[in-house]
Amino acid sequence: MEPFTFSRAADPAQAITAGAAASTAQQGAEVRFVAGGTTLIDLMKLDVETPSRVVDINHLPLAKVERTPDGGLRIGALVRNSDLANNAEVRRDYAVLSEALLSGASGQLRNMATTGGNLLQRTRCVYFRDTDTPCNKRQPGSGCSAIHGFNRNLAVLGTSDQCIASNPSDMNVALTALEAVIVIRGVRGERKVPIGDFFLLPGDTPDRETVMMPGDLITDVLLPPPRAGARSHYLKLRDRASYEFALASAAVVLESEGGAIRHARVALGGVGTRPWRSAEAEAALIGKPATRAAFAAAAEAAMRDARPQSQNGFKIELAKRCLASALATVAA
Amino acid sequence: MTGNQLTRRDMLTVAAAGTGALVGGSLSTGTASAAQPAATGRGPMDISLRVNGTEHRLSLDPRTTLLDALREHLQLTGTKKGCDHGQCGACTVHVDGRRVNSCLTLAAMAQGADVTTIEGLGDPDHLHPMQQAFLEHDGYQCGYCTSGQIMSAVAMVKEPWGAGDADIKEAMSGNICRCGAYKNILAAIRQVRNA
Repeated sequence: MEPFTFSRAADPAQAITAGAAASTAQQGAEVRFVAGGTTLIDLMKLDVETPSRVVDINHLPLAKVERTPDGGLRIGALVRNSDLANNAEVRRDYAVLSEALLSGASGQLRNMATTGGNLLQRTRCVYFRDTDTPCNKRQPGSGCSAIHGFNRNLAVLGTSDQCIASNPSDMNVALTALEAVIVIRGVRGERKVPIGDFFLLPGDTPDRETVMMPGDLITDVLLPPPRAGARSHYLKLRDRASYEFALASAAVVLESEGGAIRHARVALGGVGTRPWRSAEAEAALIGKPATRAAFAAAAEAAMRDARPQSQNGFKIELAKRCLASALATVAA
Repeated sequence: MTGNQLTRRDMLTVAAAGTGALVGGSLSTGTASAAQPAATGRGPMDISLRVNGTEHRLSLDPRTTLLDALREHLQLTGTKKGCDHGQCGACTVHVDGRRVNSCLTLAAMAQGADVTTIEGLGDPDHLHPMQQAFLEHDGYQCGYCTSGQIMSAVAMVKEPWGAGDADIKEAMSGNICRCGAYKNILAAIRQVRNA
């Protein structure tokens, strides 16, 4: 691990000022905020992250879950994954989020990991984590080792010829299906970013993963009010039954009326370079009867543009079955 | 350990000293590099840790994890280093009553918190019920993962899990046992949870 100075931020303004001194908030950032530490400390031990300054934000007042005036939910950035998963209102109104959180990591890691931190979770691509190999995400311009290497767990949607790294988060997939809004405070004040705009496609700049700028501090995540009559579910498929990243996962929100689907939100995990919202699957569902045939058609639509690599072609069929199964569960 | 019993660490220290000439000091070199990353200009910082109810003032490299602070600076070696990347659970301790991986926590982040390690759970004359249950059910083979398993289990039974064996298995999936003593670990935890 490279040396760094450590300080504790007394208030958000202090953290923002410290972060603003960095040249980037993306890969290679000289200043990092630490909350749970479950991604950052791991990557610092691997010398993938080498900040010269680490700012502890754990004592900022951002650890509440509150109802918003419109009936939605405001989740503080420092709410731990285990607390959010077990929050009574989340369990009742946003089951997909609770299920996604509980399917991720371990009991210990969920006690540490935060809502804001999980939004910034980094890929598990083995080459990103190994500084001895080329990786465009870690070191721009060095090449992608995964495209002709070990890519079994990597993305089939949203890839570029520079990077095929998959986003590993479960929480982000659920937040995408729930159309969460991320509240960011920075040097120029506060802004609200819909989660669909928060994550960037790799393109030619896979080192840039989000819209975060130097000094930006995620303070809250906003959830819209739950839709009366809608049901939601998260299904995660993986190599072992627990404590493993998704090969494919699906977060779905479905509302039917008179046998026809009136509202559908679909997001996929494990298969995309970012948490993957599928407008194609949603369009295929709206107005259709809630039948297995409709779910299969939606799954086909979701994966139509998928591009397999040498080892991960199986994910395309797996993701289809995952989505169809998740939809069948909420429609049952 | 209490009293004048020899601990495993004492034995290892004696063994390392005795064989130092033969192994060319590789043992002690390895230990030192794990314990104290070479300071390169940023200097140590004063860190206060409250561990098992006792306050400690330490001067540590900011890179020191809570795990290394416990093992190498406070000589609380019951907490084990397995993977050092949050994947095995051997380093599990309680911070303010919650189970966490001490390998992914900087010591500096734990200031002001109550840290509990296996040494603070019970002692040989007054075992914690979970320690007693692991003994009774033989919930280990080599024992390396055991303190992490027990710390995780003690916290887990207070968490909102269901009543089935499947709930224990899911809740404990962050603690790996390479000997494969899972069946007996499950029995031990079930006994305490159902008591």
